[in-house]
Amino acid sequence: MTKTINITLKIWRQKGPEAKGRLETANAANISTDMSFLEMLDVVNEKLTVDGKEPIAFESDCREGICGSCGCVVNGEAHGPEKGTSLCQLHMRHFNDGDTIVIEPWRARAFPIIKDLIVDRAALDDLIRAGGYISVNTGSAPDANTLPVPQRDAELAFDAAACIGCGACIAACPNASAMLFVGAKVSHMALLPQGRPEAAKRALSMVGKMDDLAFGNCSNHKECEAVCPKEISITNIARLNREYIKAGFGSAEK
Amino acid sequence: MNWLTQTLGSAIGKKLLMAITGLSFIGFLAAHLAGNLTIYGGKDAFNSYAEHLHALGPLLTVAELGLLTFALIHVLTGALLFYQNWRARPTRYAVDRSSGGRSIGSRTMPYTGVIILAFVIFHLINFSFVDKRHITIFELVASAFQNPLYVVAYVAAMVVVALHVSHGFWSLFQTLGANHPKYMPAITIIGLGLSLVFAIGFGFIPVYILFIA
Ligand code: HEM
Ligand code: FES
Repeated sequence: MTKTINITLKIWRQKGPEAKGRLETANAANISTDMSFLEMLDVVNEKLTVDGKEPIAFESDCREGICGSCGCVVNGEAHGPEKGTSLCQLHMRHFNDGDTIVIEPWRARAFPIIKDLIVDRAALDDLIRAGGYISVNTGSAPDANTLPVPQRDAELAFDAAACIGCGACIAACPNASAMLFVGAKVSHMALLPQGRPEAAKRALSMVGKMDDLAFGNCSNHKECEAVCPKEISITNIARLNREYIKAGFGSAEK
Repeated sequence: MNWLTQTLGSAIGKKLLMAITGLSFIGFLAAHLAGNLTIYGGKDAFNSYAEHLHALGPLLTVAELGLLTFALIHVLTGALLFYQNWRARPTRYAVDRSSGGRSIGSRTMPYTGVIILAFVIFHLINFSFVDKRHITIFELVASAFQNPLYVVAYVAAMVVVALHVSHGFWSLFQTLGANHPKYMPAITIIGLGLSLVFAIGFGFIPVYILFIA
């Protein structure tokens, strides 16, 4: 039988980018433990709407853990308490009747708040534009297997490519550093033959952009890896460091 | 900007500076500890170690200047990183909970660093910038550690160094890109082992002098 719980929410409410925000209390009553966290917020919003109040602004799209739209800091943890889980995949059965849950937006200088729990993550797009691509002529697809890729490299590249760009790594990092995000992108392409020609340029350009965008520096706290819904490993940060050292000291690229 | 300052000034370059200078301090601590252990051989062994060390003359001066330069780099870069990292999150979280990544060592790096800096200055004033014409180094050390307050301060400082190294050692390998599935577990254990060796190795000397010697 479905269990229902009552919980108290303390949610960050902020009318706009320049407005002063604060934590406000809302009640989530009769929440089915089968609901996802976002469905719980939907229920709260329906009640707020019926009461003539402004619903809580939060972001979501796929609600199946693949698009990277959702994400808030729940009780101090990005995407909440479950490992390898995006907020839309977090279920209310992980909470208890009578709990108080504090919900805050991602906080980083590079992620200004748009409204309530929604932040502007355009900085991640800027990073991708700085080097998160390969340059190839379009046209007919090359024959399969013309470029042999060792199975292990393909697997590692794929693990890095699993990044959905949600921004949790930056939100969870005590320094608001984007090293796991950039590490995943650089690794994803540096591991594959198609990515090698631009590897040095990519590493220099993406790290330079990261500094320009006022992200922090990595202190190897490992919080990013712990909250990543795709469980992307910090070995990708080590690979970024290697690629950057090679590019900075070993390549002709500036 | 030229390519070198640009590379070293980036988010990764600054960490490379921390890693290389930090690694050299760990090497220094190991050598310093090995030398200090001669104190268990008694007064003469310790004094003769100090004499041999100073017989190196200009070589010793070069090493000291090298360490001083590295210390300046480590402290100034550390301060810059601390400031930039603090600035990168203008609004703090109301609830700040670790998801399991941070350690006491990693959380406290800037604070343990400042304490180590203060300790190093204190330590140099105690034993280095002293007129040693009429006193042997053993007598100097032995008389300082007759004061229990000195013993407490030195032991506490060594615990702080151990905390700094407990995170610093594995972290510097990660910074240098040397995170390898075969070696990382060993590197982490060696780092914790080294912290213990430094804490006990250095920390026991004042205790030994006060209570035993
Ligand atoms: C016995 C002396 C010292 C040793 C052996 C040492 C060693 C290290 C090592 C190995 C690291 C790690 C580098 C990395 O993560 O790549 C580090 C980081 C750091 N050190 Fe030291 N250090 C010493 C003294 C100091 C002092 C005097 C300060 C500052 C006043 C300091 C401040 C820092 C800071 C802030 C970091 C963290 C940088 C970051 O990750 O953001 N350290 N240290
Ligand atoms: S809404 Fe798409 S990942 Fe959560």
